[in-house]
Amino acid sequence: MDRPVRGRVLRELIEAQRNGRDVVLATWLADGAQELIDSGSGPDGPGLDGPGLDADIVAEVLRVGESRTVETPQGDVFLRPYIRAPRLIVVGAVHIAQALVPMATLAGFQVTVLDPREGFATADRFPGAALIRQWPDRAMAGLALDGRTALVALTHDPKIDDPALEAALGSDAFYVGALGSRKTQGARRERLGAAGYSSSDVDRIHGPVGLPIGARTPEEIAVAVLAQVIGALRL
Amino acid sequence: MDSSNRRHTNADPVLAQAAEWLDEGRRIALATVTRTWGSAPRRAGSHMAIAANGDFSGSVSGGCIEGAVIQTALEVIESGTARTLEFGVTNEMAWEVGLACGGRVHLFVEAVVEESEWTDR
Repeated sequence: MDRPVRGRVLRELIEAQRNGRDVVLATWLADGAQELIDSGSGPDGPGLDGPGLDADIVAEVLRVGESRTVETPQGDVFLRPYIRAPRLIVVGAVHIAQALVPMATLAGFQVTVLDPREGFATADRFPGAALIRQWPDRAMAGLALDGRTALVALTHDPKIDDPALEAALGSDAFYVGALGSRKTQGARRERLGAAGYSSSDVDRIHGPVGLPIGARTPEEIAVAVLAQVIGALRL
Repeated sequence: MDSSNRRHTNADPVLAQAAEWLDEGRRIALATVTRTWGSAPRRAGSHMAIAANGDFSGSVSGGCIEGAVIQTALEVIESGTARTLEFGVTNEMAWEVGLACGGRVHLFVEAVVEESEWTDR
């Protein structure tokens, strides 16, 4: 077994995470030897076998996202997955979004803010955030919503919110939420129903959005929304 | 659009801190929770990075064993030899380090070193 060079392993690990690649770090606990196993390696997709390791077990660790120790002829091996952060798409670069984006980033989400309106999704208002200044009907396809993506619509404007929500309902997004009173939600249900969405589709939308904690300020509403998103991810 | 999203993909903050310390030429160790039983507060895979002067980032428990882990990490930085640690339930009558919450954890503590340091040994 090669001598461990952990500084290099650490940098490769960080590089893989920054490039959005899912990897598993295998550590042989007896001698500290390490191997970074990359899900994207190999011309035919996953190349998940390391020395003495079962590729199926490594694939399972990647899929579930939980660390585990496995017994091998070379002793116990600790398998630690580093998988892409869950994503949060915030539709509407509004005041609530200005609180939600840094909070969600801190909680480990990869956050994207989408708003076509002039002056809303600006770097001044959202320092460091990924911003998309396009209409949702154009932008959503490129975002490729999947089972590790949440979307929350905050504009109150059906011209912006509805196309984003429709795209989310057509995806495996693990959370879909929309700001608005019960009355607003009722009107939205009618519009989406008329557009051909079933009531079980529309039931996926959390609205009024956020956990019921009596939130009043934009910052408090952001806490309620983020808590609800985390609950949808973890519970 | 895809590329702009990727730029904002973040690395684990504890590992990023560890790499930053390494880049600054500081000597560091990494502690990782490898197994948990019962009500251990941090899941397997949780990291804590420790620098030779005692600076640390991240956590491996709710705060009850970090002090002992830092001590071990400083020894590991000196010796270069990785160690496994086990912490169980605290006996409040004894001055031992443990998990007051009643859980049990295994940790792996390793020195993180640059390639050149290995060839010197």
